[in-house]
Amino acid sequence: MNKFQLEIFEGPLDLLLHLIKKNEVSITDIPIAVITEQYLAMLELMEGLDLDVAGEFLVMAATLVHIKSRMLLPADETEPDEDEGGDPRDELVRRLLEYQRFKDAAGELERRDILRRDVFARSPEPTEEVDTVGFESVSLFDLISALRTVLERLPKDSAHQVVLETVSVREKMSLLLDDLHRRGKIVFQELFAGAVSRLEVIVTFLAMLELVKIRAVKIWQEQAAGPIVIAPAAPLEEVQEKIAGAAIEDEDHGA
Amino acid sequence: MERDQLKSILESLLFASEEPVTLARFAEVLEGIERKEIAAALAEMQSEYDAAARGFRLSEVAGGFQLRTARENADWVKKLYRDRPARMSRATLETLAIIAYKQPITRAEMEAIRGVDVDGVVATLLDRRLIRIVARKDVPGRPFLYGTTPEFLQLFNLKDLSQLPTLKEMEEMTLPQPAEEETPPVSSDAVTAEENSDKIDTQD
Repeated sequence: MNKFQLEIFEGPLDLLLHLIKKNEVSITDIPIAVITEQYLAMLELMEGLDLDVAGEFLVMAATLVHIKSRMLLPADETEPDEDEGGDPRDELVRRLLEYQRFKDAAGELERRDILRRDVFARSPEPTEEVDTVGFESVSLFDLISALRTVLERLPKDSAHQVVLETVSVREKMSLLLDDLHRRGKIVFQELFAGAVSRLEVIVTFLAMLELVKIRAVKIWQEQAAGPIVIAPAAPLEEVQEKIAGAAIEDEDHGA
Repeated sequence: MERDQLKSILESLLFASEEPVTLARFAEVLEGIERKEIAAALAEMQSEYDAAARGFRLSEVAGGFQLRTARENADWVKKLYRDRPARMSRATLETLAIIAYKQPITRAEMEAIRGVDVDGVVATLLDRRLIRIVARKDVPGRPFLYGTTPEFLQLFNLKDLSQLPTLKEMEEMTLPQPAEEETPPVSSDAVTAEENSDKIDTQD
């Protein structure tokens, strides 16, 4: 299987904010044990998906575990070398709040009348377009969370012992596209309806991410905790051509 | 000079210019006419364009005046252009916001806020001339300090930095937050599948 590289623009703070929102807890009072556990599980899954997990994610994992261990100490047993008496979470909370402010600020900027997106001037050359590519109201972490749920629901037994039908991510992209164009739009979980193995689920997931990346599909959430919906975003032939073209390159490469 | 003639001249100057034109520049060109009068004429033109629902508006950006198309016509204008402009990722936009609000700022300071490496993003922003090196910080290593450019103001339709939306107070920011309801599922420009090779920065 070809290794698909996926740019992760989001960092450990984004992941934490995602988990905080998902658990509907307050930044200022993070249930550290729960969040740490979920953070580590997400990290493991991301590594399993072969996503490029930056070192910063591991540093944050260590920080969380450290905070968790300090929270377990009796309150009166103050450590002389640490800042006395403060909540071990304080520094993390401060960072999260600050980061959240700038995420909001970025959102404000994005809502302005942007040159060459909303308004145009006489200018010799095109400038930028602010466009957050595919993931409209859903973050990568929302998707990975949803994937976790799907994986957890897979039958635990392996009675079906892998019928060796190895479908590549690229083939899966084509199949998904056809399906999407036939059905208009589908809910995230339906993508995996027929999947019986972990591998199959993961291949499907990666195929979907690739389709988002090449703008062949769009993906969004209608309400905060509502279902994640996927729909085609470009003419079928155009995208199939693109996928096929890339496949040919691979064959050349492999030969 | 009659007010109507002045407005006509100003309109021609604006039409012919590819950059926002400052009041000072207008005054230079229109020798002998008071800035106050020019400013008044421009203000009148602004409301006239708005009222007449013209296909363009007179915007104040980056310290000057510029004719810009009406927002409601964006989709039509986009069809006119064959090339897709470069796109900006969420990470780029966030880093740009940090620089805009905290300038002058070093890379290390940006990284402290974002929690991830910003080298690629900063290179992209420099390359697009949305930020520039403004000085060196007087600390060991003398790192560069970055700030935004007039191009940044133009891109976001800002007259000057004081027009940036105010940062929310930290107290307001306790989660859970409601999801952004106003964001439509997908904007019309995000769905086109043409040329994706140029859209993403910080590749690899």
